[in-house]
Amino acid sequence: MSAYPGQDSLRTPLKIARALGPGRSGVHHWWLQRVTAIALIPLSIWFLFLMGTLVHASYPMVLATIAQPVQAVFLMVLSVCLFWHGALGLQVIIEDYVHTRWLEITLQVALSFGAILGALACVLAVLAIWLAGAAQH
Amino acid sequence: MTDAWLRTLQATIFRRNSNVAKARPLSPHLGIYRWRVNMLQSTLHRLTGLFLCLGALQVAWGLVAAATGEVAWRVFASFWDSWPGVALLVLWTWSLLFHLCNGIQHLLRDMGMNFGPPTRDRAHNPVYWSTGWIVIGVSVALTLLVWVILILRVSGGTP
Repeated sequence: MSAYPGQDSLRTPLKIARALGPGRSGVHHWWLQRVTAIALIPLSIWFLFLMGTLVHASYPMVLATIAQPVQAVFLMVLSVCLFWHGALGLQVIIEDYVHTRWLEITLQVALSFGAILGALACVLAVLAIWLAGAAQH
Repeated sequence: MTDAWLRTLQATIFRRNSNVAKARPLSPHLGIYRWRVNMLQSTLHRLTGLFLCLGALQVAWGLVAAATGEVAWRVFASFWDSWPGVALLVLWTWSLLFHLCNGIQHLLRDMGMNFGPPTRDRAHNPVYWSTGWIVIGVSVALTLLVWVILILRVSGGTP
């Protein structure tokens, strides 16, 4: 699997030699981006099918669909992965193109707040619909 | 000669206080590379990713609207029923599918598949070229497939 013989870890030989890692967060960002990406492969295909079934659906039908346990759980996982993966990507875009330090920091903080707010809003909305549907039965 | 040397010295000493530093020549960047399809993929990956972040906000809008009540939901649903709404949805479908296909290629390359000098060598094995076009082609084909099925469903009424 590895391109370099004898290298069976993601850490570079230099890191082991110097006992100094990369300056900031190492492979953490890279790894999380891949993990959320792998989760989003099946989730986004499922989401396309869900959107297909909800075209021109009535409001009660939409609520009933979201309130199904499987759909509700998948929607919540999708929301968290989507905002997480998006935030990781936007973080790199800001790092690449915004060179004014104070603006970069401000945007990064705003991005963190926005991503958590978005994911939380989705999860709470799905939970509210799910519990309201469960209360009716 | 002396003049040029003095100017260089001045530029070095007063770098922080003058505009000379900003006028320094930069090393060649994008202009020196021969065009490859992976440049298009890379640009599209970033652009579609950016666009999909806006899509995530629409998902949040839809879920919050559904949880809020029927009026809020109708505002949301009627927007996506309009022509600009449908056009945006087509664009979002392709963005999602391209980002998905290209992302899968990224993951495969992370594992070392189809990566490295041999795949870049046009004379021997131009995998690098063909897989890039395959990713773009498949994403367009899948988008067409999704929308043909959707249109057939909506017009024909078959589930």
